[in-house]
Amino acid sequence: MSDTLPAPPAPAPPGRRVSGVPIRLEEVTKRYPGQDRPAVDSVSLDVAAGETVMFVGPSGCGKTTLLKMVNRLIEPSDGRIHLGDEDVTTQDPDRLRRRIGYVIQAGGLFPHMTVGTNVGMVPRMLGWEKARVAGRIDELLDLVGLDPDVYRDRYPKELSGGQQQRVGVARALAADPPVLLMDEPFGAVDPITRQRLQDELLRIQEELGKTIVFVTHDFDEAVKLGDRIVVFDVGARIVQYDTPEAILADPAEEYVADFVGAGATLKQLTLTRVHSLQLRQVTTASIGDDAAGAVARARAAGDDFVVVLDRRDRPISWPTLAEVSRMSAIPDTVDERLPVVGLQSTLNDALDTMLAASQGGAVVLGRRDGLAGIVSIETIMEAIQRARRETAG
Amino acid sequence: MTATTPDPRVRPDVAADPPDEAGPATGGRPRAATPPGGWRALAVQPALVVLGVLVFVLWRATATLTETEARQLGAATLWDSTLRHLSLTVVSAAIVLAIAVPLGVALTRPALRRFTPVVIGVANVGQAAPAIGLFVLLAIWLGFGYWTTVVALVVYSALPVLRNTMVGIQGVDPRLVEAGRGMGMSGRAVLLRVELPLAVPVVLAGARTALVLLVGTATLATFISGGGLGVLINTGITLSLDSLLVSGAVLVALLALAVDWLGRVVEQVARPKGL
Ligand SMILES: Nc1ncnc2c1ncn2[C@@H]1O[C@H](COP(=O)(O)OP(=O)(O)O)[C@@H](O)[C@H]1O
Ligand SMILES: [Mg+2]
Repeated sequence: MSDTLPAPPAPAPPGRRVSGVPIRLEEVTKRYPGQDRPAVDSVSLDVAAGETVMFVGPSGCGKTTLLKMVNRLIEPSDGRIHLGDEDVTTQDPDRLRRRIGYVIQAGGLFPHMTVGTNVGMVPRMLGWEKARVAGRIDELLDLVGLDPDVYRDRYPKELSGGQQQRVGVARALAADPPVLLMDEPFGAVDPITRQRLQDELLRIQEELGKTIVFVTHDFDEAVKLGDRIVVFDVGARIVQYDTPEAILADPAEEYVADFVGAGATLKQLTLTRVHSLQLRQVTTASIGDDAAGAVARARAAGDDFVVVLDRRDRPISWPTLAEVSRMSAIPDTVDERLPVVGLQSTLNDALDTMLAASQGGAVVLGRRDGLAGIVSIETIMEAIQRARRETAG
Repeated sequence: MTATTPDPRVRPDVAADPPDEAGPATGGRPRAATPPGGWRALAVQPALVVLGVLVFVLWRATATLTETEARQLGAATLWDSTLRHLSLTVVSAAIVLAIAVPLGVALTRPALRRFTPVVIGVANVGQAAPAIGLFVLLAIWLGFGYWTTVVALVVYSALPVLRNTMVGIQGVDPRLVEAGRGMGMSGRAVLLRVELPLAVPVVLAGARTALVLLVGTATLATFISGGGLGVLINTGITLSLDSLLVSGAVLVALLALAVDWLGRVVEQVARPKGL
């Protein structure tokens, strides 16, 4: 059983908030009718409470099948599944699923229901009172960075792909399930939006500490999001189950090495996070502030631009002092091209964002999309060079 | 460190990237809910019907008619025939909806899916058989009269509703069904709250097709003593009275247009918001 696990997980690092429960798969098998080889062949796997475990592997190797057996959208042919102390293998699947968040590609939002109705589905099924459901909807939209007053009553088609996916995550979290299953959720959005969604998920996970199982075909995504990565081969055979760092440093088989890909020197780009860099603190101004005052403060601090925060303290633009001097008060204009990254973004993401915006830096968002600082391209280059010197020496 | 870090803020001259859709405090504008085709298109059809009725009334008031024609085209007789025609149409449509929608739903369930070809085949035969043959055969079997006509009409017009119900439900994105099941909705809840609401536009389009079909086909009722506006046409043909023949045809056409319009209005009103 557990001796088939290449690396039984250690308990989650101390000090981290955990609201999830462990998942334990015991020799789980799935045979589809009319196929001679099982799609999932006697897989045993332990996922620690509060950890994000990423499933990677070639297409058709059984990742989705294994994931869907956890919430029994697919019934296992054999084996047992435990959530926490409970054996859920024979539990009523509908009731089980209300305790497990499930996120699929493109969100899977019901198009004929408003965003609020979509998010409130599971709480309503669980018989929550109206007021409590309404409160929860707002809380969750807020959590995923969507203003409830703006988005609550909109229909999904009025949202961009990235926003729909955020609502999908909010809906999955609505009844505060201990476990979240995600099947290539960010596969259908453009790279910059995907990176935003990943940052968002990392931030939410830091706040909530759910147990997350996340299927992806993108190894960089696995490295970025995962506390641990499971590399599968055909039949959902576990080839390696370890932290991203360990898998990158020491691939268990040539197969994993191939999968991980070359470019070892650039690994630092995906392994290092923005929060490990020295962020630059800059002068901020709020909408409606006196422009001359803001310019004076910025000059005193040695900045030649200010970051404008909206009423919820989220950065919306970063005008130069020359631009600010021409105004009387700080405007509420939203700079659509403002390059932003999260504290959990990788250096890779940060560089992508800067290149896409043709800027030499990016605004770093912290909790609830508030300002954490500014990261510049020079800081990133220094970090890479330092890391290369360390690995070389 | 703060002062020595070079300014990262270099403003580009041109937009290098599509606007960032996930940026703070931004978002798409809500759109007004205009039905496709627009309400204006819906206003033309009733105007035509009203115009047609006016022209007919005017013609009836001014034309010189033989005694038979005048009797057949008397206000009371016409009103009765029209009501009878409508009654045949509406009763048959109600029965068709009551049978074909649940049957269509049932045939999309995994357990019953294998019966689909058989049922669709039977419904196809019902529609492909010449209508007049169907009427006569059923009359020989069940006797002449109103209810036999209704049975014949039901058999003849079930297919569009059945087919559209199935197509409508099969057209629902399977990922939505999976999302529903995945969040713990029962199969029944997914059907009632996701699949059926999303299939409503297609089902209603099928119902409208059936209704228009019924208005036309109900003219055949006269051959098996079912009454309706077909009596005018039939009498017109047998007695070579063109005014009766044309009147009957025109009234049936106007009725069909009116029914079609009503159907379109219902479709607009019942279309789920957000689609
Ligand atoms: N419903 C199904 N019926 C039959 N075979 C299936 C079904 N779903 C998946 N499979 C097969 O099982 C294998 C694993 O599929 P899947 O779990 O979707 O792989 P992955 O998510 O890793 O791409 C594939 O060979 C696929 O063809
Ligand atoms: Mg898959």
